[in-house]
Amino acid sequence: MISTERSPFGPSGQNPRSPSENPFLTISVTDPVKLGNSVQSYISYRVITKTNLPEFEDSEKIVIRRYSDFEWLHDRLAEKYKGFFIPPLPEKSTVEKFRFSAEFIETRRQALDMFINRVASHPELRKSEDLKIFLQEDEEKMERIRTLEIGYFKKKPADLIQIFKDVGSKVSDVVLGKEKPMEESTPEYEKLKHYIFELEDHLAEAQKQAFRLVKRHRELGQSLSDFGKAIKLLGSCEGDSLGKVFSELGSKSELLSIKLQKEAHNLLMNFEEPLKDYVRAVQSIKATMADRANAFRQQCELAETVKLKMINIEKLALMHSEKHGEAEMEYKELKAESEEATRRFENIVKLMNEELVRFQEQKTADMGLAFHEFAKGQAKLANDIADAWRNILPKLEACSSSS
Amino acid sequence: MMGPDTAGGIGSLPPHDDAMETLVLTPSDHSDPLLFPSPSPPPPPPPPPPLYPISPTSSPSSSSFLDPPSYADVVFSPFDSPNSAAGARAGDDDGGGASSLRRGGSGGCGGGGGAAEYLWIEVTDPQKEQDPAAASAASLVSGSGSTYVSYLVASAGRDGSERRVRRRFRDFVTLADRLAEAYRGFFVPPRPDKSVVESQVMQKSEFVELRRAALERYLRRLAAHPVIARSDELRVFLQAQGKLPLPATTDVASRMLDGVAKLPGQLFGEAPAGYAAAPQDVVQPAKGGRDLLRIFKELKQSVAYDWGGVKPLVVEEDKEFLERKEKILDLEQQLTTTSQQAEALVKAQQDIGETMGELGLAFIKLAKFETEEAIFDSQRARAADTKCVATAAVKASRLYRELNAQTVKHLDTLHEYLGLMLAVSNAFSDRASALLTVQTLMSDLSSLHARAEKLEAASSKIFGGDRTRLRKVEELRETIRATEDAKSCAIREYERIKI
Repeated sequence: MISTERSPFGPSGQNPRSPSENPFLTISVTDPVKLGNSVQSYISYRVITKTNLPEFEDSEKIVIRRYSDFEWLHDRLAEKYKGFFIPPLPEKSTVEKFRFSAEFIETRRQALDMFINRVASHPELRKSEDLKIFLQEDEEKMERIRTLEIGYFKKKPADLIQIFKDVGSKVSDVVLGKEKPMEESTPEYEKLKHYIFELEDHLAEAQKQAFRLVKRHRELGQSLSDFGKAIKLLGSCEGDSLGKVFSELGSKSELLSIKLQKEAHNLLMNFEEPLKDYVRAVQSIKATMADRANAFRQQCELAETVKLKMINIEKLALMHSEKHGEAEMEYKELKAESEEATRRFENIVKLMNEELVRFQEQKTADMGLAFHEFAKGQAKLANDIADAWRNILPKLEACSSSS
Repeated sequence: MMGPDTAGGIGSLPPHDDAMETLVLTPSDHSDPLLFPSPSPPPPPPPPPPLYPISPTSSPSSSSFLDPPSYADVVFSPFDSPNSAAGARAGDDDGGGASSLRRGGSGGCGGGGGAAEYLWIEVTDPQKEQDPAAASAASLVSGSGSTYVSYLVASAGRDGSERRVRRRFRDFVTLADRLAEAYRGFFVPPRPDKSVVESQVMQKSEFVELRRAALERYLRRLAAHPVIARSDELRVFLQAQGKLPLPATTDVASRMLDGVAKLPGQLFGEAPAGYAAAPQDVVQPAKGGRDLLRIFKELKQSVAYDWGGVKPLVVEEDKEFLERKEKILDLEQQLTTTSQQAEALVKAQQDIGETMGELGLAFIKLAKFETEEAIFDSQRARAADTKCVATAAVKASRLYRELNAQTVKHLDTLHEYLGLMLAVSNAFSDRASALLTVQTLMSDLSSLHARAEKLEAASSKIFGGDRTRLRKVEELRETIRATEDAKSCAIREYERIKI
C-alpha cells in the first residue's frame, strides 16, 4: 500500500514545537466509519495531524471529517490560489449502490489521504488559513463553516456579477461585430494547451484499460475457482489414485484463484488508482488553464476600456466640459484596475510555469512507483502460478505413467 | 517525499526503440525436463535481446522487489509450438496438468491389448469433386451444385501394407451408421457432425480443415477400439478402392414412407396368418426400421410396463450393471459441468490476454506522445518508463495467447470424453430397446398361445371339425413357431448386447 506520509525527520511524538527542529506536518486519513441514518448516511474519516509547526495549536490533533469537508477545502483553495495546480479530489459518487462498497471506501480514503498530504507539502498551499481550519476546528464549527458555503447557488455574488459581465461583453462583442473574445495565443501556450488535452485523452484510455485489467483478473480468478470445483467433482467419479490427482488439480486451481483475486486488488490500489489520480491531476490543470483564460480576458477587456476612456477624456478636454475632471478620476481608477488585472494574469502565467515543472517531476515519480508495483505484482503472480503447476506435475506424471 | 529527481536513475535503461515489432522471447530456460518430455528441437529464434529487468527508477520503498534472475525464470521460452502438422502423429506433448486425462497419446492407434490392427491413419488432401450421376437433381435441392469435397484416406495395416482411398463425408456417415447397426451395445465412438449451419458461416477453407482434422481423429479412435478395429466395415472403408461398397443409409423420410406403405398390408392382408416378425428383422431396433407395426407394438408394450406396472417377463436383473450405469451417468454429469467450466476458463484467459495487450498499446501511445512533446527531462524519463511497461505488457499478452492455445488443446480431451459419453448412452438405449423387443415378443407369444388354445378348444367342440378352422389352427401354430424363433433371436441379441 502506498503511504504518502512523510517520514518525520526529527524524533516523533511530543517534541517541543520549536522551529529550529526540522519542521514537519504529517497527516493521515484513516478509519472510515459509516454514520447517520439510512437516508442520509455518509462515511466519516479520522484525520490525524502531527506537527511541530508553530502555526498549529496542538502538536497532535485528531478530527473527524467527511467528504464534503474535503470538498470545501478544495474549493476554497481553488478560489484563493489561482495559478496553482490544486491537488485533485476523488470523484463524488453518483450511484447509490456503489457508495458503500468496501473497495470504493478504500480507494476514496487513499485518494483523500493523498490530497491532504499534497496540500500540506505544497510550499504555498500549506500556508493557507483554510487548511488550518480544516485540520484543527472541531466538528460542529466545521459543519457550520461548510454549510455556509454550500448555499443554493454555490457561486458567490462577485462571481455572479462577473458572469453577467462576461455575458454582457460577449453580447456587445457580437453586436459590435468584433471577433470572438480574446484568447491567449502565443505559440508556447498553444503547444501547452494541445499537450494537456491530448495527455488527458491518452491517460483516460490507459486508465480504462487498467481498470478492465483488474476486472479480468477477478474473472479469471472466479473461473479458475469454478473449474477447480468441477474437476474435483469429476475426480470423485474416478478411482482412488486418479481421483486423488484430480482433487489435487482442483485444489491448486482454487489456490491460484485466491492469488488472482489478491493481485486484482493490488492492481486496483497501486496501479489503477495512481493512473486515475494522474487523470484527475490533468483535469485540475485544465481548471487552472480556465482561470488563466479568464484573467487574460479581463486584462484585455480592461485595457480596451482604458483606451476608450482615454479617447473619451481627450474629447472632453477638447470640449472643455465639466465632466472632464470626473472622467479623469474614473480613468485613473480604471487604469489601476487594468494594471491589477495584468498583474494577476502575469502572476498566473508565472505560477503555472513553475507548477508545470513540479507537476512533471512529481508525476514521473508517481508513475515510476506505480509501474514498479505493477510489474512486481504481475511477476510475482506469474511466478506463483508457474510454481503451483510445476509442483503438481510430478504427481500427474506418476499417475499417468502408472495407469 | 516522492523520491529524488529521476534523471539519474534512468540512464541504466537500455534503449529499446524498435524492438517493439519484433519482440522475441528469450529461450533461456530449458532446464525444466518435465515440461518438454519429447525431444523436439526448439526452433532457433534470431539473436534475442538480453532480457533486462525493469529497474526501479525512482522509488525507495521497494524492499522486496524481485531480482533480475527470477524474471528470466518467469519468462521461459515456453511453447515451442510442437510442429502442428506432424505433432498429432509424433509423441505426446504431455506438458500441463490435464494431460493425464489423455491416455495413450493422440497419435498412435494402439488399442488396448494385442497388436494394433492399423499402424497409422491419415486424412489429407481435401479436394473438390463433381458428382456426375446426381448432377441435375442435386443442384435443384442443395443449390450449391453437385460439388462435394473428398478426402484422401491413407492407412497402413498390421502387415505394413499401405492403402489410399478417396472418401467423401457421406461415406463417413454410411460407415458410422453401419457400425452402429452391427455393434449394438458397444461404445461406438461418435462421428463428426454434419453441421450444415457451420459450413455456411465459416470460411470454406477453415471449415474444410476443421472437418478434415475431425475425420482423422474419428478414424483413429475407431482404430483404437479393440473390437471395431477388426470389423469388416472399417476394413472395407479403408481399403476398397472406388466407390464405397457398404449399403447406403436411407434417410428417415423414405423409411417412414416405406413403413406406411406396408402397414395396411400387415393389418389386413396377412391377418389370418397372424403377424410374425421375421427373425432377422428382430435383431434391429424397431424404431429405425421400416416396420411401423412393430414400432406400435413395442410402444404399447413399454407403455403397459410404465403405467400398469406389469412385471415384464425378462427384467433388467443385473444389479451390477445398474450400479455401473448410475456411475456412468454421474460421470457424464460431471464431465458436462467440467467442460462448461473449462470453456469459461479459456474465455477468461483470452480476455485477460487481450486486455493486457490493449493496456500495452495505450501505454505505447502515451509514451510516444510524451516523447514527442517533451519539454522537461522528467517527461522523457517518464516516457521511457512507460515504454518499458508497455513492452512488457504486450509481451505478456502474447504469452497469454499461447497459454490459452495450449490450454484449449489439453482441455479438449474433456470434450472428447463428453462425446464418448454420447456413445455410451447410445449403447444403453440400444440395450434398453433390445430388452423391449424381447418383452414385446414374449407377450405376443403368450397371447398367441392363448388364441391357439381357444381355437383348439372351440374346434374340438364342433363335431367333425371345420376345415377352415383347422386351417386356422395350423396357421396359428406356424405363427407361433415363427414367433418363437424370433423371440429366441431377440433373446440372443439381447444377451449379446449385455456384454
